[in-house]
Formats: sequence, C-alpha cells, structure tokens
Amino acid sequence: MRRIMVGVKRVVDYNVRIRVKPDNTGVITEGVKMSINPFDEIALEQALRIKEQGLADEVLAVSIGPADTQQQLRTALAMGADRAILVQTDAAMAPLSIARVFQKVAEAEQPFLTLLGKQAIDEDNGQTAQMLAALLDRPQATSCSKVDIADGKATVTREVDSGLETLEVDLPAVLSVDLRLNEPRYVKLPDIMKAKKKPLDIKSVADYGVTEGAAFKTVKVDPPPSRQKGIIVKDVAELVGVLQQKGLV
Amino acid sequence: MSKILIVAEHDGGKLNASTAKSVTCAARIPGATIDVAVLAADAAAIAAAAAALAGVSKVLVVENPANKEPLSAVLAPQIAKLAAGYTHVFGPSTTFGKDVMPRVAALLGVSQVSDIMAVDGSHTFKRPIYAGNAILTVEAPAGAPVVATVRVASFEAAAASGSAAIEKVDPGAALPTHTRFVSRSGASTGRPDLQSAAKVVSGGRALGSAENFKLIYSLADKLGAAVGASRAAVDAGYVPNDLQVGQTGKIIAPQVYFAIGISGAIQHMTGIKDARTIVAINKDGEAPIFESADIGLVGDLFTIVPELEKALG
Repeated sequence: MRRIMVGVKRVVDYNVRIRVKPDNTGVITEGVKMSINPFDEIALEQALRIKEQGLADEVLAVSIGPADTQQQLRTALAMGADRAILVQTDAAMAPLSIARVFQKVAEAEQPFLTLLGKQAIDEDNGQTAQMLAALLDRPQATSCSKVDIADGKATVTREVDSGLETLEVDLPAVLSVDLRLNEPRYVKLPDIMKAKKKPLDIKSVADYGVTEGAAFKTVKVDPPPSRQKGIIVKDVAELVGVLQQKGLV
Repeated sequence: MSKILIVAEHDGGKLNASTAKSVTCAARIPGATIDVAVLAADAAAIAAAAAALAGVSKVLVVENPANKEPLSAVLAPQIAKLAAGYTHVFGPSTTFGKDVMPRVAALLGVSQVSDIMAVDGSHTFKRPIYAGNAILTVEAPAGAPVVATVRVASFEAAAASGSAAIEKVDPGAALPTHTRFVSRSGASTGRPDLQSAAKVVSGGRALGSAENFKLIYSLADKLGAAVGASRAAVDAGYVPNDLQVGQTGKIIAPQVYFAIGISGAIQHMTGIKDARTIVAINKDGEAPIFESADIGLVGDLFTIVPELEKALG
C-alpha cells in the first residue's frame, strides 16, 4: 500500500477577527468558526493529486485535537482522503509532543510521504514537519511550492528568502507546503454524504505511548500595540512635503 | 548564567544581517555569553564577519564540503552536537532558521520558541501568534535548552566593532546523504535587499500586470528603495515570490514603507508592523491600509506614482 499521510489541524477560521480575552489568558475561541488550517488543506490537496496521478493508493488524514476535530476530518474525507485518524486530546500539546504522535502514527502506517502545512495560522509555530522529519531521521523540505514524485524520490521547489530552491530527497520524506503549491478543491455535497461512510478512527495520545507534554507556560496574551492614527494628504505635493519634513526622502 | 549559541546564516560567502540581529536579541538576556556557530564549506570570510559582531565571545567554525548548501538534515545534527554546554540555541526566523531550528530542537528533545520579538528574561519571551493579532508571553522550562528563532525585524543589528576568537571545531556528527541540493534561482537585482532596506516600495493587485509593476521599480530606483509586493501581486504572477511581504512572506522593518495599490489585508500588515512610517496610496479611501498608514493619499496610483517620482526630482 503506497500511503500518504497528511496532518490536519483544527484552527480558528482565517476570516475570523481575533480578539484577546479580557483576562489575558488567550484569544477568544468560543463560538467562532473553526476550519482546517489553510496550509493543511493545501497539503491534503497535493496528496489527493499525487494519488490521482496513480502514484499513491491511499491518503490518510491525521489530526490531534479535541473531539470536535472530527468535523475537520470529515471535511478532509469529503475532499477525498480515504480514511482518517483522530488522536483525541483536550490538552494544549507542545509541538514536540505533536511530532512524537505523528512519529508513532507514521511508524504504524508506514507512509512513503508525509505532507503538512508549513505552519498553523493560530500559533504560527512552524515546527511540526521539521521535528517529525528529525524524529523519523528522514529528509525534510519546508515551504514547498512544487512537488514531483518519481523513482522513489521527491524533487521539490521551496520558497526561500532569496527566491526558489530545488532539492531532491529520498522517500520516505516529510514535506511542509506553502500557499502557491496548489488551490484546494471545493467539497461537493455528494462527497460530504460519501465521507460519512469513510473510516474515522478515534485514538488517544496514550495509545501511541506518548505523554501529552505540556506546551510552554503561557504567562499572558496581549493585544498587539496599535499604531497611531495617521494623516491623509490631499495631493502629491503635500505628500512630498511631509516626507521631506520627516527626512524620509 | 546563560550561554547562548547563535547559528549563523550566510550565502556561502557572506554573513547574512539576520545573524547580527540575532546577536542583539541574545544580548538582551542579562549576563549572557554569546558564541556564533558558522557551518560552511569555506568559512573564512563568514567567520571573520561574525567575529567582528559586538558582544560575541567566540566563533565556532565547522568547515565541511557537506555544509556548502544549507541542508537542514545535514546541518541539524552538527548544531545539536555543538549545542552541548549551551543553555540557549538561537537562529534567525528567516526561511533558513525556520527550516533548520525546529529540527535542532527535536534532536535536543525540546519544543522551539518561534519568532522571539522581545526578551523578558532568560526563559521568558514575547512572540506573535494569530498573524500578530495577539502577542504571547511564554516561559520555557528552566533546566532544558531553549531553542528559539528570532524575529529579525524586532531587533537592530549588532555593531561590527568586536573581535571575537575564531575556533575550528569538529562536531563529529554522522551526516545523512538522503537530501541533495539541486539548484537555486533568485533575484540578484542590484536593488537593496528587501529584508534589510531602509526604504521599501511595495505594489499590490491594483497594479494589474507585470508590465505595470515597472512603475513600482522605477519609483523604488528613484528612492534607492527595495521592492516588495503583496501576496495578491505575487499570486497573480506580477513579481517573483521572494518579494512577498506579510505573514507568509517577509517580515520587514524599514524606515519608510510605500504601500501602493495594496488594500492592507491583515496578513500583509503583519509583515510591516515594525515599519517606522507607512505611506499608503490607494484609490479606495475605505481600504483597510488607511487605518494603519501614517500618511495616506487617496487617488489613482497610475497618475500619482509618476507624479511622485517627478516631484522627487
């Protein structure tokens, strides 16, 4: 079985305006729309395309999170994943503990390719893929904008600060994906119905022999400092005047 | 007593400015000793530049042909070995550091503190979450190494006034061969580097085409500025990806930032939060960019930009 494993994180939808709790313990997540992390959706889309090219037999979506994460995994199944595993926990797990769970799932499921988003848009940590690759002692490539699979290797293009970098990695490998890799497909109604019948296994963190491992201690969460309200100038002459006054041109 | 190792970023020949900014971040930890690790194929010039950074005690040099390209799977086991005896290991939160540092953290058995924007203590740091819509203060456990990336836009570069000792070392790590460098394509445009430029001129979707983006390049050249772009402009193919400014592009802190035809999506604003002055030019007076701009001008960029360039002499 040529299997691709995809990581799926449940996050606050990217359109939600984030508000910090008045007691500074976190951000308000009650009653807000939750979605698949957009980068993970791109990872899943890539896995589906690789399968559709005949280069994989099964796409496995894996998530670690609370019971409600089943919603996001059902969406992943509706997009086309063949089966899903929810490693259910209410703990706010540290990135390394998350990577250790993925490691155990990977050891059990033996994917030839693992695709993850380059970061989750909630905590913006950007660690899981690299940590998983380290724990499995496998190649990694982060921020991929192009992925080609052939002859037991992946040739990937990465978006880096200086432009684009191309690497060749032996499979199995762990890749994290960037925005321009693809545009995820829309889910169609019949696929949502079909997804209800696809297997979604619920496991616990303990099933994989991993301790939940607390994240760093949150001292507090603050809203960002706001910028002072600026001025509107009426024309170019006034703009240049203000810029010159500030010594900026 | 904090003993900090900073992983130097370089392009094979020159030290990247992100290293000097990481040194400044490390120096905020009271009583810290700061060493820099240079892993390269040919390290002499890079190590000399690192040794000149004020506040650095020692530069550890690992010269190995395998370190010619920055392959994280190759670098991380060496860095993890060098980390022995250090309380902190820092790298820049650039695409280089974001790639390698979590791998180092996993090898050392810790999670990483990503994107340090302020230092509150030896184990307490501020970092942005939710695209900078909230600032998290975290405390890493004492007794375990702190592996972190430094949000370089939050720190000035350390001065080049030091003279640290340079020491060649052999970390003795087994290096994998499963990851191979193929090629790199990138912008050597002759313009200032976007990440460190004092002035930046950025264009958005409203430019409408790659051809029209010449207006932005022309104004930038007049100002001696670097060129940036919104994600929309990059996605539309007007400019290459390395010009993208924002949450998933570059985070920058220029003296002045010109946002031209950019609506100001939150993901873009994340990238320019630390700009000293933001100038917005947009024909939509209701665009969110005007909420954050220090100076706004409402109007048609195709008229205003050439006029501005002319007015600048």
